Amino acid sequence: MTIQAEPGKGRRKSPFSTFTISTFKTIGTILVTMLGLLFVTFIIGRVMPIDPVISIVGERASKETYDAAYRAMGLDKPVIIQFFYYIRDILQGDFGQSLLNARPVAEDIKRVFPATLELATLGTLIGVIIGVPLGVLAAVNRGSWIDQIARFVALVGYSMPIFWLGLVGLLIFYGILGWVGGPGRVGIFYVDVVPSVSGMILVDSLLDGNWTVFKDAMSHIILPASLLGYYSLAYISRMTRSFMLEQMNSEYITTARVKGLSEWTVIWRHAFGNIKVQLITVIALSYAGLLEGSVLTEIIFAWPGIGSYITTALLSADMNAVLGGTVVVGLVFVCLNVFSDLLYKFFDPRAK
Amino acid sequence: MSIFSTPHENHSSWRRWLLTDTPTSRNHARVASFYQGWLSFKSNPMAMFGLLILVFLAFVAIFAPILAPHDPFTQDLSNRLAPLASEGHFLGTDSLGRDILSRLIYGARITLYIVLLVALIAPVAGLFVGTVAGYTGGWVDAILMRITDIFLAFPRLVLALAFVAALGAGIENAVIAISLTAWPPYARIARAETLTIRNSDYISAVKLQGAGPLRIIMRHIWPLCISSLIVRVTLDMAGIILAAAGLGFLGLGAQPPSPEWGAMISEGRKFILDHWWVATIPGLAIFMVSLAFNLLGDGLRDVLDPKDSGS
Repeated sequence: MTIQAEPGKGRRKSPFSTFTISTFKTIGTILVTMLGLLFVTFIIGRVMPIDPVISIVGERASKETYDAAYRAMGLDKPVIIQFFYYIRDILQGDFGQSLLNARPVAEDIKRVFPATLELATLGTLIGVIIGVPLGVLAAVNRGSWIDQIARFVALVGYSMPIFWLGLVGLLIFYGILGWVGGPGRVGIFYVDVVPSVSGMILVDSLLDGNWTVFKDAMSHIILPASLLGYYSLAYISRMTRSFMLEQMNSEYITTARVKGLSEWTVIWRHAFGNIKVQLITVIALSYAGLLEGSVLTEIIFAWPGIGSYITTALLSADMNAVLGGTVVVGLVFVCLNVFSDLLYKFFDPRAK
Repeated sequence: MSIFSTPHENHSSWRRWLLTDTPTSRNHARVASFYQGWLSFKSNPMAMFGLLILVFLAFVAIFAPILAPHDPFTQDLSNRLAPLASEGHFLGTDSLGRDILSRLIYGARITLYIVLLVALIAPVAGLFVGTVAGYTGGWVDAILMRITDIFLAFPRLVLALAFVAALGAGIENAVIAISLTAWPPYARIARAETLTIRNSDYISAVKLQGAGPLRIIMRHIWPLCISSLIVRVTLDMAGIILAAAGLGFLGLGAQPPSPEWGAMISEGRKFILDHWWVATIPGLAIFMVSLAFNLLGDGLRDVLDPKDSGS
């Protein structure tokens, strides 16, 4: 009836064939989704009101120059052929040239992506470290003041405009209290002090053993990362709570209690042990969300990541850069989605 | 029928009529179930608080010209960046001397406009795709759901950004971009509902009476999908408001001098360290409205869709 029937359902063959079928299905899903993503970005590139030829040859180019460029860009070919060219280029890692600085977009993205990765990773870390215990506590003490506080924290997180919270955070912690570094990744004196290995300043300064730079970078990243962390915290704590509630109401928990196990063992060893896989799925999804959600945060904090890159390119009508950035974020997003799906299927025996 | 003859007798007979277990007509049953839903909704103070804020927002938006103390576009450069509670300007003025309170009040109209448009476009598109896919089945279902999955796998804000880049900045284009990224979850929900409905006896009965697929989908399947869609739309509204404000903040939504709240934050951003209220106050407004939608959505979910409720 549908092509998304869960693999293994109603089929009682050897586990190997189920595994193979499900692997093929997953690969098929990834391919179709990525093709769809490329198709949509291609369409966006086609309907834009800016003439890509004029933006290269300039307004005053002669008719011959214009036509030559038109043909060189393959625009005289049928649309479907152009789409194949587009896919071929992207498979070769060629996103075209940025109109702003005439450099390959792929190189630009390689440069800015680690900054976003650094921010989103730290944000997710903060969200997990605070969100998971908060969710567990809320579920165990259901209806108590802890549960109410957790609910309130999550509700505010869901409702707050992140760019506004960033501004207020800058105003309070940088402008008034002076506790954190201002916008940017490091202070002006520390730019390019440590050699770039991974592109992530926290990692690079550690590798270099340069604690001064590490501290400065930390003071800059802590505020935006906490903001992103708050958002993933809201989501993670709510999901943890509902997963835990499900477990705490099951009979095996009663059994464990009757056996006389300590409350700590019952909660963390028995109940929590059963939600680990679900939780990792949620964390992967929220990580993907942060990679994307950091767009507005990056703008506020002048963070030179992929979000800033896309937005700057957008405002100057640099379409190659916008679409290249969109494709990369989309691919990472799809991969994390699929990854969390696979994780669920392979590690949770109930899903098989 | 004696109840019908004396509807105005007193308050309690109305209540009895509304709370009856044995409705006398279809409309009676509808009104009664609506009333009972309202009673259980009313017992949730947070949800009522959310509803109150939204009613207030609608009131402010409708009567903006009467409520606003100043014209939202009139500049007064000699009185720029006036602080809170200064004379004639309760919430101060912005960098061009425009009254912030008046701009906030007119901005309510824009917020409501965006919310209503997206709420009209995205769920309807999703409902259509989902019910057609679920009812038709076969390859139509396969193709439609694959497209839905593709859109679902996209990063929403970045995709909306790319759409706006292609279509050009402006409120209408922001609405289209947000709707284009918002419909897939509704299609999923509508399809799931349709799959559970389409094999039920009453659908077979309607079929035997000679109803065509279009009539079955529109008259007999859509009404049953509505309640779960309403819950989802209300809960999504907060995200939609935040997305619209984000686009406005980036300069891709409403264009100046329009008093859109996100754009107002962006204008006030340059003065945040010295004149904090210019950027902070519109943010509070956005926060209140999206909080209200979240509270309302939670309350509606408990009433309309108890099986999903979180508590």
